[in-house]
Amino acid sequence: MRFFEYESRRILERERIPITQSGHATTPEEARRIADEVGGPVVIKSQVLTGGRMKAGGVKFAETPEECEAYARDILALEINGHVPRGVLVAAKAPIAQEYYAGVIYDGVRKLPTFVFSDMGGIDIEEVAETHPEHIGRGHFSTVLPHMDFRAKDAIAQTGLTGRELTRLTPILSALARLFVKYDMTLAEINPLVRLEDGSFVAVDAHMDMENEARPRHKALLAELGVGEDETREAREATPFEIEGERIDSVDHRGVAGNVTEFDGNLGLVIGAGGGSLTLFDAVRRHGGRPANYCEIGGNPSVSKAANLTKLVLQKPGVEKIAVMMSIVSNTRVDIVARGVIKACVELGFDPAEKIAIFRIPGAWEEEGFKILERYGVEYADRSVSMHEAARIAVEKVSGGGADGAGPLRGEETDAEKPPAERLAGAGEVVEG
Amino acid sequence: MSILIDESTTFIVQGITGREAVNLTRECLDYGSTIIGGVTPGRRGREVHGVPVFDSVAQLVEATGQVPDGSVVTVPPAFTRDAVFEAIEAGVRLVVIVTERIPRFDVAQMVELAALRGARIIGPNCLGLMRPGVAKMGGIGGPARDAAKAYGAGAVGVMSRSGGMTTEISSTLTAAGLGVSTAISIGGDAIIGSTYAELMPLFEADEQTQAIVIYSEPGGRMEAELARWVTENNSRLPIVAFMAGRFMDEMPGMSFGHAGTIVEGKADTAAEKIARLEAAGIAVAQEIAEIPDLVRERLGAGAGSGSGRQVVA
Amino acid sequence: MAGLFIDVEVDESVTGDADLARRLEEACPVDIYADAGGRVEVVEGNLDECVLCRLCIDAAPAGTVRVKKLYDGTELAAR
Repeated sequence: MRFFEYESRRILERERIPITQSGHATTPEEARRIADEVGGPVVIKSQVLTGGRMKAGGVKFAETPEECEAYARDILALEINGHVPRGVLVAAKAPIAQEYYAGVIYDGVRKLPTFVFSDMGGIDIEEVAETHPEHIGRGHFSTVLPHMDFRAKDAIAQTGLTGRELTRLTPILSALARLFVKYDMTLAEINPLVRLEDGSFVAVDAHMDMENEARPRHKALLAELGVGEDETREAREATPFEIEGERIDSVDHRGVAGNVTEFDGNLGLVIGAGGGSLTLFDAVRRHGGRPANYCEIGGNPSVSKAANLTKLVLQKPGVEKIAVMMSIVSNTRVDIVARGVIKACVELGFDPAEKIAIFRIPGAWEEEGFKILERYGVEYADRSVSMHEAARIAVEKVSGGGADGAGPLRGEETDAEKPPAERLAGAGEVVEG
Repeated sequence: MSILIDESTTFIVQGITGREAVNLTRECLDYGSTIIGGVTPGRRGREVHGVPVFDSVAQLVEATGQVPDGSVVTVPPAFTRDAVFEAIEAGVRLVVIVTERIPRFDVAQMVELAALRGARIIGPNCLGLMRPGVAKMGGIGGPARDAAKAYGAGAVGVMSRSGGMTTEISSTLTAAGLGVSTAISIGGDAIIGSTYAELMPLFEADEQTQAIVIYSEPGGRMEAELARWVTENNSRLPIVAFMAGRFMDEMPGMSFGHAGTIVEGKADTAAEKIARLEAAGIAVAQEIAEIPDLVRERLGAGAGSGSGRQVVA
Repeated sequence: MAGLFIDVEVDESVTGDADLARRLEEACPVDIYADAGGRVEVVEGNLDECVLCRLCIDAAPAGTVRVKKLYDGTELAAR
């Protein structure tokens, strides 16, 4: 779960990492009051969870509170990549002597958290890594042994820094590592971290990402920040179709109907499970099909959950037919899913034989499932028909089916530019045995 | 020779009284595995399908007079770290973590402890492993009857980030007459106990295994690590990969499939991974059904020599 | 009204058996039976959730509970 910048700043503050004076405003008047308190020139930043703020006009500098108010009014009304800003941040404009980059991320190959530090901050860290690798310092630290400052010091020293820069930066990077662990972050990044003209250090911008799985452990922090329990903070905001999918999944604990995602095609998909869905979605597109949605059924759902998800898909505008497909199941039951999808068709007044382009779920209770499908005249396949072949059969039954190759994927536009450190995370070069 | 489990492997089930654990215990016993006990705190004295239940691993070790070779951990995410530490500190050397949704820091700690103690973790968020016809550890393949249908003994080692696709691929290999030597559902999380590259040396040393098939997804650097291992180690085993989730390249920042499946940067994309795998001489199948032929082609090319095949650096 | 796939018939001679009503409610994993103040009640909305486990047949006197698979015209046999 990604935090807005104003939230990340509060977390830094909580952990006593110095930051520029700032406040969060949801109205132009509030922005003006904050600028007044801060005194002197300020920066006004749109609070959105998407990249390219600066380019989109979501960041402005103001010399006076009046100017700040005017800019805040513009920025509050400015959507960036389809994201409505959650207020603006108003922060003191700092007199910068030097910019640095400080980050902590996981290295999935070494399976440890790692520091990423650079004395070339304020710009794209990935670019720095490519063009000036000698300006990047890294170092893993233990999750079992107590945290030690020298790990941070070593990462900083790799860039050649010494003297007061090194000794003053070390506790900041070290504190960032402790924060990363304490709050179950998957990313904690200060960019830029700035040395002011007076020699002190201060964070000017921060990105943090908390692992969703760990949210229950941090209820106090999240409550303090005002993060709602139902806020998913996905890369793109959920559509009504997707919200309804989530509701269908959450009201019935039996089985899973997860990751319901909307696309604009004519072939509805009732597919599962995790890996099976990824494979099948690709397969439909490989055969020129246009999926109306993505989903992941699994964990032995009830008949009603399967039926409700199927109804949701069947009722989506533009859906001509549905394909019901999974990889071989061993926990989910073929007969239960067959009942669910047929029930959905019948209750909506459709003929299952006409609406279900193909049913390809082999595995547990398949004999029973196939009997049900036969009774309703639905075309089905056992494991001798591959997942891709099943997808091809389905695609050929809807209009425009069978065209070569996948067309462009059109859902809602996404711009999920991640903070650069995640792109850098052990990027190939860092792979060590 | 075998990978990780054989007919003499003993294991326990932690969280054995849970609904899924009861099922997988039944399945494993039916398949021929040896489960010497189970652990659920507060449930000492019970039995699950004839398997005695203890309050702790230490109690189980004392009562049975032996340290089990392995443990299947199925406790809820908030308690998994404790259970895995308990198993490792009791001397268990193979821990299969079935549990999903464990915070990454906990996983890193478990994996780091395992490394310190010389233990191996498979998972989390996995279905375990199976040696067809011999034993299975975890829910992999489902009930014994279904598992027998999908998994025939043979020459191909299977490693998969998806539990379900482990079965789909194994079934395809079995139907094609190639069969499976050992199948391992390695788990779908961003950090897992054993990656492809870390398991390769075991398959390399297993005489039964003649080729490897992996199932892969966007997200993480595991494929890059495998490509590098293959390039550096002149492996005797041809590898065929299948990459699912190609569509995700167009949807950065969105997570599908498994917790670890998310495109966070260019190196995470399916396209980038395919390029890296192919550059290392690994064949990448477009469809599951192509896998047996690709395996055969590659076995044919290097057959008989038993020596290392050419690797494109 | 039957389900689309499953129907259950409880013989009238036992629907008033309070003990059986309780046992059936406990046995069924998908809540097809409810103990309605000592009477066996069939919850029609749950009929199609039947997992064919036979636990209800085992819990009742022989022949008094019948589970019909409407899609192939057969009945679940007792174990």
